[in-house]
Amino acid sequence: MKNEKQTEKTSAKGYLTGKEIREIAKANKREIKRLEKYKNRKAKVEEFSTKMKNPDNILEIEDLNTYFFTEQGVVKAVNGVSFDVPKNATVGIVGESGCGKSVTSMSVMRLIQGPQGQICSGSIRFNTAEEGVVYDIAAMPIHEIHRIRGKQISMIFQEPMTSLNPVFTIGQQLDEVSFIHSPGISEEDAKAKSMELLNLVGIAMPERVYSAFPHELSGGMRQRVMIAMALIGNPRLIIADEPTTALDVTIQAQILDLLRDLKNKIDGSILLITHDLGIIAEMADYVVVMYAGRVIEKGTVDEIFHNPLHPYTIGLQKSKPTLDSASDTLFNIPGNVPNPINMPNHCYFKERCDKCTAKCSGAYPDMIQVSPTHYVACHLYGKEEQNG
Amino acid sequence: MEELNKNNVQSTEDTEAPLDKNVRLMSPTRMVVRRFFRSKLSILGLIMVIGLFLFSFVGPLIYTEWGETELDRSGTVEYAFAETTYTVNGVEYTVRQTIETNLTDNFLAPPSDEHILGTDDQGYDIFVRLMYGGRISLTVSFLAVFVITLFGTVLGGVAGYFGGFIDNLIMRVCDVLICLPGIPILLIISTILTASDIDAKYRIYLLMIYLTLFSWPGTARLVRGQILSLREQEYMVAAEAMGYSTSRKIFKHLVPNVMPQLIVQMSLSLGSMILYEATLSYLGLGVQAPYAAWGTMINIISTNNDILQNHWNVWVPAGVCIVIAVLGLNFVGDGLRDALDPKARR
Amino acid sequence: MLKYILKRLAYCVLILLGVSLIIYFLIRLMPVDFIQSKIDAINQGGATVSEETVNAMYEMYGLGDNSFSGIMKGYFNWLGALVRFDLGTSFVYGIPVVDVILEHMGISFIIALIATVFEFLIAIPLGITAATHQYKLRDYVVTVLVMIGISLPSFFFGQMLKNTLALKLGWFPASGLVDATSDYNFWGLMGQYVSHMFIPILTIVILSIGARMRMTRTNMLEVMNSDYIRTARAKGLKESKVINKHAFRNTLIPLVTSLAGLLPSLFSGAIITEQVFDLPGIGNIALDAMNRGDIPFIMGYNMFLALLSVLGVLLADLMYAVVDPRVKLE
Repeated sequence: MKNEKQTEKTSAKGYLTGKEIREIAKANKREIKRLEKYKNRKAKVEEFSTKMKNPDNILEIEDLNTYFFTEQGVVKAVNGVSFDVPKNATVGIVGESGCGKSVTSMSVMRLIQGPQGQICSGSIRFNTAEEGVVYDIAAMPIHEIHRIRGKQISMIFQEPMTSLNPVFTIGQQLDEVSFIHSPGISEEDAKAKSMELLNLVGIAMPERVYSAFPHELSGGMRQRVMIAMALIGNPRLIIADEPTTALDVTIQAQILDLLRDLKNKIDGSILLITHDLGIIAEMADYVVVMYAGRVIEKGTVDEIFHNPLHPYTIGLQKSKPTLDSASDTLFNIPGNVPNPINMPNHCYFKERCDKCTAKCSGAYPDMIQVSPTHYVACHLYGKEEQNG
Repeated sequence: MEELNKNNVQSTEDTEAPLDKNVRLMSPTRMVVRRFFRSKLSILGLIMVIGLFLFSFVGPLIYTEWGETELDRSGTVEYAFAETTYTVNGVEYTVRQTIETNLTDNFLAPPSDEHILGTDDQGYDIFVRLMYGGRISLTVSFLAVFVITLFGTVLGGVAGYFGGFIDNLIMRVCDVLICLPGIPILLIISTILTASDIDAKYRIYLLMIYLTLFSWPGTARLVRGQILSLREQEYMVAAEAMGYSTSRKIFKHLVPNVMPQLIVQMSLSLGSMILYEATLSYLGLGVQAPYAAWGTMINIISTNNDILQNHWNVWVPAGVCIVIAVLGLNFVGDGLRDALDPKARR
Repeated sequence: MLKYILKRLAYCVLILLGVSLIIYFLIRLMPVDFIQSKIDAINQGGATVSEETVNAMYEMYGLGDNSFSGIMKGYFNWLGALVRFDLGTSFVYGIPVVDVILEHMGISFIIALIATVFEFLIAIPLGITAATHQYKLRDYVVTVLVMIGISLPSFFFGQMLKNTLALKLGWFPASGLVDATSDYNFWGLMGQYVSHMFIPILTIVILSIGARMRMTRTNMLEVMNSDYIRTARAKGLKESKVINKHAFRNTLIPLVTSLAGLLPSLFSGAIITEQVFDLPGIGNIALDAMNRGDIPFIMGYNMFLALLSVLGVLLADLMYAVVDPRVKLE
């Protein structure tokens, strides 16, 4: 409001014009209406049943596009993302803030906040516990999604402080999951299950925590409760969305230990989302590196850490502080993650890249397979691939 | 799906600009304006309010057939016929006389060309009185809200900024004033005004001044709360560290941040002020006859059942005007809240 | 907890002291001869205000003595009587003000109570529907309807309903509490009450639904955007359960708190509505008393209202602690 005059002057250049704004609004309205209709349609189970490309995978994401239709334009938060989560493996998604990691995981859970946020295209194939039953989560009508949530896939959120309902006790919130997914379970059994899981996640006095309200617990305790809650339905896939970001360092270590232990105890996969490469190195089997809504490199944890190919991945690793580093200053990648509106059709990392070549101004690079598991989207390697 | 992708890839050609500067956003002003006009209700509200303003303030300049306190003495001519017979010289003369008398005023006339909405029980033109009534109702309410906001902002600002004893004192006074019952207290004040022989024309203004004396705590609490939370913000700490003067801190940093909420509060309380004024006038405490106010024009039906049942044109238009004014202001206030509240997302 | 309540009660007394000061000085602003003329008017109207009552009032409020000490003496006299719940004797009714209030409070309370129950029963579901269908047609329709309700002046809308439902259509009686035709047995009397109270209650409900519905809608929207609703969805709860259990329980917190804040309006009487329908409730009586210059009643009634609103605020805070497990009183 204050710099009203200023903005009026510059509006012709730096800001959208009224006509453009109206066009955006009109296009958004149309798209949202269509996608909402698709989301709320009635559909038979066959319509969203599909087959896995590789039956050893538990989750296959293929060309997923999740957009946010804002007043400023379409934000392509997830832009053609593809990766797989194999059975009994931990896959880490890593990237700077705002690169679409969380939106990818929310898309898998169909928790994207509508009506602005919509899954526009792509498929999320999920291999359920039943033999041969595969659902395409992206094509599911929203009222069918309870087949997946909690029982097949569960989620641990970034903000343990606010993710528990403040007016119910921990016990009520834990038991609820049992009641949803094991219909007809008695209250005693539900409580026994909740207590068992509270024990499992290393809560010292489960009896007390069971009858406590969320505000009476510390952040670390709440995150343990969230983990317990995610485990009650015996899910085949647990999505952990920056589970330690909001916690202080000592608690972080404890929670990570817990997650690592759990991986051995449960029969399932973990999709771990973090911006912390250290956590990835410790926890993950496979790594997916994202930048501005796109996957730029993916491979096994060895490949990514010992043979990083994409300049962004290399930069990320360099910017990780190490004790034996000779330099006093931390390396950083210059510039910021771009706001993914109206992205041009060339590599998004071009301006920040120190290995930029003439080819980089061309079309967005395709995914190039470097090894059976290692893929990268960069023009530097395209040539090699073509040659070889 | 394919088609959609094509639509959305509006690949901008000017790839020379760095990527994170490439995005053109909406200017803040335009964002507010757009958010406001996005809702059809706020447009409707704006039309209603502007329409009423034009009707009340410009209307009497255009439609000048009747004045606010001008009685219509024309239509009720009474004709009496008298016949006198004289006998003069054996011849009978019959003299017929027509006697024309303007005994009564043209009251309770139905709507006609002459009186668009008819006349009331006194013979005043209702349509014209609606316009003049609107002038008083709107002026009084706007003035009252303005004064309340001024009081509230200054006192709340002082309390929030200085804290300590002053804050305590002002807030305790607020607590007391908030516990005072509204209409009953105004009834007492109105009785006092009656006792002190105030000119009927200025009575409503005095009453509203008293009303403002009791109504500022709401605004004061809002401003104080805002300032308390703003004082904790980093940029205020920074302003402190830069050694800015008190007035600069208040007017450059705090006031602009409180403004959006104040504007919303003002537009919403305007509606309730109009209702307040109308209620007081309805109870016969506000604007007094022969002057018109919307509430005063409805007042008659509380004692006159005939008008209530058979002469809707006397009282319904005034009520409709009140509803339009309040509804319009509420729509505008709602639209402003959506537009100015950065938390409101869509 | 107890300590907190005691502290708050002491604070309430302080506020009431402030209120009593304002009311007393407002009354003192009235010229004495004006009061006398009002008393004369009552006397001419048939009722008699005994010399004793008038003198007792002059004595009690210290009217007529405009010196500082006189004013202070009058104030403390009145205050002293207030503490003993002695509000003086009403001119118009010739009985203690407390008795007048108690006599007419019942009818106002019943009307307000029924209206409040309906208000909540209708407004809360409307608010939830509007919030869960935000910016859709249903939201707009509900919002516009209740906004019209908020914008209606009570006297205008009351008279409209009275004109159409009672006078034109003759479905309900237009005014009063019972028809003055004959004696009724218990059920007959109840029937009379119900038919006479129908339009007044309808008026109040329609006028008050809006504010409550909008409050529900705003709270519901805020709650629906919170992280724990996302958690509830992620658990696999169906959307109806998410809304009706997790979101609603949190929306209830401010609603129940506001219920406590409604305490004053339950007992204070709806002045305008009672006037329009000529109901013998406390509000209508008060309006009449003001017009006739019944000073003891006016002062008593205003103190009564102030007491109610102070208690309402206190009760709302206590209620908050009951409903919201996060709030601890200290």
